[in-house]
Parts: sequence; C-alpha cells; structure tokens
Amino acid sequence: MTTFPIEKIRADFPILQEKIRNKPLVYLDNAASCQKPQQVIDSIVHCYSHEYANVHRGVHTLSVKATDRYEGAREKVKDFINAQSTKEIIFVRGATEAINLIAQTFGKTNIKAGDEILITAMEHHSNIVPWQMLCAETGAVLKVAPINLQGELIYAEFEKLITDKTKLIAVVHMSNALGTINPVEKIIAAAKAKNIPVLLDGAQAIPHMSVDVQALDCDFYVFSGHKLYAPSGIGVLYGKQSLLEAMPPYQGGGDMIRKVTFEETEYNVLPYKFEAGTPNIADVIGLGAAIDYLNDIGMDNIAAYEAELLDYATEKAKQIKGLRLIGEAQEKGAILSFVLDKIHPHDIGTMLDSLGIAIRAGHHCAMPVMDFFEVPATARASFAMYNTKEEIDVLMQGIESLIEIFG
Amino acid sequence: MFDDLRDLYQEVIFDHNRNPRNFHVMEDADRKVEGFNPLCGDRLTLYLKMDGDKITDASFQGSGCAISTASVSLMTEIVKGKTEAEAEELFKQFHEMTTGKEEEVNLEAIGKLAVLAGVREYPARVKCATLAWHTLDAALKNEQESISTE
Repeated sequence: MTTFPIEKIRADFPILQEKIRNKPLVYLDNAASCQKPQQVIDSIVHCYSHEYANVHRGVHTLSVKATDRYEGAREKVKDFINAQSTKEIIFVRGATEAINLIAQTFGKTNIKAGDEILITAMEHHSNIVPWQMLCAETGAVLKVAPINLQGELIYAEFEKLITDKTKLIAVVHMSNALGTINPVEKIIAAAKAKNIPVLLDGAQAIPHMSVDVQALDCDFYVFSGHKLYAPSGIGVLYGKQSLLEAMPPYQGGGDMIRKVTFEETEYNVLPYKFEAGTPNIADVIGLGAAIDYLNDIGMDNIAAYEAELLDYATEKAKQIKGLRLIGEAQEKGAILSFVLDKIHPHDIGTMLDSLGIAIRAGHHCAMPVMDFFEVPATARASFAMYNTKEEIDVLMQGIESLIEIFG
Repeated sequence: MFDDLRDLYQEVIFDHNRNPRNFHVMEDADRKVEGFNPLCGDRLTLYLKMDGDKITDASFQGSGCAISTASVSLMTEIVKGKTEAEAEELFKQFHEMTTGKEEEVNLEAIGKLAVLAGVREYPARVKCATLAWHTLDAALKNEQESISTE
C-alpha cells in the first residue's frame, strides 16, 4: 500500500498534532467518533463567515447561496451512496434519529399487533430500543437472530426467523462492538423473496467501505456524519422514494409544508416533508466537504489500507498472552475489541490514556453483545484511515506494559 | 512507563484488586444491596451484619475495575465495628476527598482510604471509587432494591 497518502492525510487532521498527557495523541476511538480534516473545519468556518443565511426561504443573495450549498451537499450524499434521487436523501441528526423516524412513521403505519420485526443480536441500542418502543405501542413482536462465538450472525437461524409475519428487517451493516460485517446482500435477497423491507444501520460501515444503495437494493440506509469525518449533529436517512412517499411526516413545522390553513395542511414534497424547521445548515455543508475529501482518496483505497491495519493489529494482539479478542468474524471492519485476563477495560482505558492512547472501554451501547460474551465490558481500539502501524505498535506496547504492572 | 498514574494506581490498590478482602457471600446477612455502574458494567453485592446500629461484619461479591474493587474491599475493612452514623460520616469524608475540596477532608478519619484520593484527577473514574459507598449508603438506609450510580 505504498500509494496510500497517509502522511498527507495525517497532516490534514489538526487534532492529530495534539499532545495528550504530554504524549503524542494516538486516537483509536474512531468507532465512537472520528476526527475532522481541515477541509471540513474550513467549510464550516467559510459557511458562517461568507455564505450563511436560512435556506429555502429568502430571495436575497445569501439565502440563495446557502440553499445552493445545502442542496449541493444533498447531491453529494446522493452520489456517495448512489441513491437514485436527492428526494431519497433526508437530513436528520444522526443514525439514531433516522431509525426513530422510520419506526415512528413507516413502523406505525405498517406494523400492527402480532407482526414481527427482525433484528440481530449484535445491534447497537439505537437499532433495538426504537423497535422495542414501537412493539410496546403496537403489540408487534421483536425477533432477534443469534450470533456465534466468532461474533458472526448465524445465517441459517436468521433465515428461519423470517416468517409471513415479518414486516421489517433491521440489521447493522457493520457491528460497532465486534467489527463484524454482516452478509447484507444475502439478507436483502432473502427479504426481497418475501417482499419484506430491509433497513441497514450503516453508522459504522459508512467510513470504511463504499456503499451503493441501489446495488444493495436496501429500502432504508441510515448513517451519522460524525463517524464519516463530518460534524456531529448531522446524519442521513436514505429511503426508497416509493416508501418515503407513502410514509406520514415525522415532525410538523416550517419547511415541511406546502400550504397551511387552520382547517388543513398540505405537506411538502420529498425530501422536505421530513425536514421540519430550520435544518442544520452548516453541518450539512460540512458533511458535503467530508464526502469530497473521501472521494479524493477513494473509499476502496481506504478500505484496503484499513484492512491492512486490522490484519497487522490482529496479528500483534494475538501474540499478547492473556488477551482475548471479542469478535473474530471472517468479514470484519477495522475494529479490535478485546479483554485482558483479570484487568478491567476501564483500567485499560485509563492506563492507555496516560500514554496518549484514546480507546473506548465499556459496553459500546451494545449491552446484549456483552451479555452474550459474558463480559461486563470490552476495551476497543477502532481504526480510521489516518491511523498507522506505528500507532498500533504504541498500543500493543502499552497493553504489554499494563499487563506487567497489574501482575 | 505509567509514572503519571502513580497517584491513581497505588500499590495498595493493586494489592486489594489482586486479593480483595471480605470477598464472599454472607449467608446470614442482615442487609444485602446490589450496586451497579451502568457506564462500565461494574456490579457488586454488599452484605452487612448488624447489631443494633453497629456494623459487625461486611463482605461483598461482584466484578469491577481495580479502583472499584479496591474501594469496596477497603470499605468493608474500615466499616467493621462502626456505627451507622460513623459509617455515614466516613462516606461524607470519602465523597469530599474524591470530588470536593482537598482542605476539607479529615485525613485522620479517612485513614487508609486516602489511597483513593487520586481519582479526584480522573473525573471519569470517580464513580468507580464511589460505587461501594453509594451501595453502603443504600444498605444503611435499608433500601433493598439495587442502586445505580447514574
């Protein structure tokens, strides 16, 4: 991978120059949130400094400019995931809000008492709780497909759980706690055979691989900007136009209407029907800048580079005595979840922090996954395109030293 | 390599983490309360044997990080023989030591617990140290349900 411009990329992320506790920052908590390149930061500063006004409203120059930039970002998102139309790109706060939107609109309209929603045992709480809430309201039933000890979906069991009552399949594309990449093509094909809509939670997958929603033929795809090198507080709901057209609005307010009288209101067309109120203008523009940045590098190049990082880290980790990897799926993204014999993940987190290494220690908003592996928590190093093998060496040395000190 | 952490991870803490004191189920306990820190998944069950308002025995079970294990282990040692009021006063002092103003802590009263003073510099870890004491507080108030640091 001699062609991957790692040095240029690192230079683009100002925070990577920070010292943490007097040590160079080794940021390995990317699955929680990614750092931002200067280009994204500049795009936001530029927006507020030169091109900011409310969108879709004014006839004045600034409003027109801001609207152009805002809608331009929607176009970039559309191309990035290869949606058919910008009407299918709804801006929301993040993947969590997108799933809640689907549960409250699509779910409430289409899912009734006795119907089933199928998820997997490796979901993030954001793809569990909205469905539990919907089930409590409607009397529908949540079905959970099991995983094996490698952290892979047991596909045969999953398939058995698809029944005539299944009204929605909601599956994580890549697990945040385990790194597992699910066989989404197979899942979607099985669902299509029974006309069941599929929602993919792409929050974790989107920064690591190219995603083509038309090739996948999924019905919904959701992700957050902040894990894609874009600002926090912005995310995307992709939905097939026909489904979105049939769904009732999520929130009422300005921008989502075409005509309002006190007797009745006519809703706006897609995508605005789902974007009530003044949107997160600057951060949408930041998301557009992040997509430009990623396109310049190429998602396939990023995927190849990160695969190399993961292989390197996995091999090193396996050499450490007393380290147990949690999640060893065949198909896996750049996440290394692990536990150490007799050392709690929180102690690992604090000890590594003193060396400038940021990792996550906890349940990763996936408590059922922790229960399955019978651990209270794991330590998780998650990699991004700006990480290096040298940083992985620093991590592994840190782990070896802390094992020593704990005795 | 971990020089910066000496204030937090003192040898006493490693010792109590490796060999927690009073680490067993108490079959004839008068009080039994569960403590839970949802942030890190630490769970402990605290057992107390009472004679009137006096704590005659204390033990615990559970799993947690080194800070939380050492804290509960030290606590079960120090509260034995204390009255409820004395234990509550210790809790107050401990709370002050880990979160409040340094000069207001009665170091004499706090004794061995002073090894946990280092968490003050690690806000993310304060809850690890205080879980034991919140659980004790609940046990003394005779709250039988599980308590949580959140």
